[in-house]
Amino acid sequence: MTSKSPFPSPGEKWTAAAIRSGLESRKFSARELTKEFLTRVEARNAELNAFLTLSPERAYAQADRIDSLLASGQPLPPLAAVPLAVKDVISTRGLRSTCGSRILENYVPPYDATAVDRLERAGAIVLGKTNCDEFAMGSSNENSAYGPVRNPLFLDRVPGGSSGGSAAAVAAGLAVAALGTDTGGSIRQPGSFCGIPAMMPTYGRVSRYGLIAFASSLDRIGPFAITVRDLASILAVIAGRDANDSTSVNLPVPDYSAELDRPVNGLRVGVPSQYLGPGMHPEVRTKIEAGIHLLERLGCRRVDVQMPHTEYAIGAYYIVATAEASSNLARYDGVRYGLRVPGENLLDMYKKTRGRGFGPEVKRRIMLGTYALSSGYYEAYYLKAQKVRTLIAGDFIEAFSNVDAIVTPTSPVPAFRLGERTADPLQMYLADIYTVTGSLAGVPGISVPCGKTSEGPPAVASAHVGLPAVASAQAGLPVGLQILGPHFQEGLILRLAHAFEKAGGADL
Amino acid sequence: MKLTREDVLHVAELAHLELSAAEVEMYRGQLESILTYIEKLNQLDTTTVEPLAQVLTATSVENPSLREDSAAACGMADTLLEIAPDPGPPYFRVPKVIDR
Repeated sequence: MTSKSPFPSPGEKWTAAAIRSGLESRKFSARELTKEFLTRVEARNAELNAFLTLSPERAYAQADRIDSLLASGQPLPPLAAVPLAVKDVISTRGLRSTCGSRILENYVPPYDATAVDRLERAGAIVLGKTNCDEFAMGSSNENSAYGPVRNPLFLDRVPGGSSGGSAAAVAAGLAVAALGTDTGGSIRQPGSFCGIPAMMPTYGRVSRYGLIAFASSLDRIGPFAITVRDLASILAVIAGRDANDSTSVNLPVPDYSAELDRPVNGLRVGVPSQYLGPGMHPEVRTKIEAGIHLLERLGCRRVDVQMPHTEYAIGAYYIVATAEASSNLARYDGVRYGLRVPGENLLDMYKKTRGRGFGPEVKRRIMLGTYALSSGYYEAYYLKAQKVRTLIAGDFIEAFSNVDAIVTPTSPVPAFRLGERTADPLQMYLADIYTVTGSLAGVPGISVPCGKTSEGPPAVASAHVGLPAVASAQAGLPVGLQILGPHFQEGLILRLAHAFEKAGGADL
Repeated sequence: MKLTREDVLHVAELAHLELSAAEVEMYRGQLESILTYIEKLNQLDTTTVEPLAQVLTATSVENPSLREDSAAACGMADTLLEIAPDPGPPYFRVPKVIDR
């Protein structure tokens, strides 16, 4: 006879609020909670490969701080004892940060990213660092030097990428929230593939200090959680000006949680016909149409909008992103940190270090970006792509003059099988079509669960006791509805996503 | 867009990447198909369009503020040297650059 678990039972959702109430009612301590989650990670990580490095000492030290606040009757911070997973491209002081790359296999950053620092100050418990595509370059997590992550709902499928480990950790119940990064869809798409809400804030809303750069004009840090409400709570903590990131914006941070409860009735929701064209999985189309109907039932008004430059977004994105990457990744030369492969002279050392330290996708993108910036090609490729970026941003400005938000599928396909798409990089790039536009325009976006396809076996139930069912037990591959808003209108898209979630969007 | 083996080697040289013969051939084919796809951008007339480098300048939101250009000590020079592949405080050691 086993004693009843003090933690939320299967079917109940793990949230910051549930943790707070458990702590306050003394059902469990922060230390017990931390132990529970680290035990879960140990039980499932061999199978999922979601975590690359664990930080038990750091986690228990933070848990003890929360427990002593509790013991002395002091108020708990907003994210007290929330078990958090952090993508490995985000710097953590004293905790190995590999970026999913061999070139940083033993790199231990001497400082924390601002987002991590703010979350720990708000009480979150960093459990460890999550696997990702190398330097966040990929859409399936198959480009990690440390092996792919498996989708916890369907172990033969990818979790999406590049923040696949963060998405998988939350979807598998190994963390209650996670940080990811999004450059062309790397938060939203894995959120969609793993069936959890995921958010990319406006460019400049969250400090990038400590985010190991891929493409600086596109990179953003954002949260994964089990509920939209927790996305709002996390965003409220990490948003805001930071003197260490000159592109972080000095605008007040609204009370996002309060925004959630405002009505969505009367909001105009734009549906771009360009996003519902050919190439989409038929069941994704069905679910997205059902999702739009659900928003209409909630009182939103569907408005057809035109985004005429959408078909040029992939081309513009893969030039801008790779050009910036080729420049940012020039720093990995074996001199100051990371791997060094000895050479006959300095140049030979650079080439050998980079040739062996980087994996195939990173080298491919450095080559493409270097080509686009090279003498004689700069105007034809990089400058052209930046001009097309202006046109794509203009599509959003035009659309948002008529609507409050835009809804699209997050991905044209649900989670695919491991190895199914690795042979053709261009085909992999083309599947980013619905996410790269918002990246180029700098607008915020959320992916929120929007039903499941009929294919695929039911999720493999974990033998581990007390695992909450994060995704519903219904068989099928999750579909994500993407909600995009104007710059700095995170409150509005969170409100729509919350209403959608509450109305049963995940079970459409 | 046609790419030759020499084009690939030239770009690899610019990017300081040592590539195997197999990688050169693989990237030649892959970059060729990606660049061919990107030629699609030429369908758009952009002669009067300004390039976009910072997304927030395209909006009504004021340009992000810049901080004062004032120097501050980072206080982690020693730690940074400790994580270097071949530290020789206060320098990083590298293979000899100049032959005498």
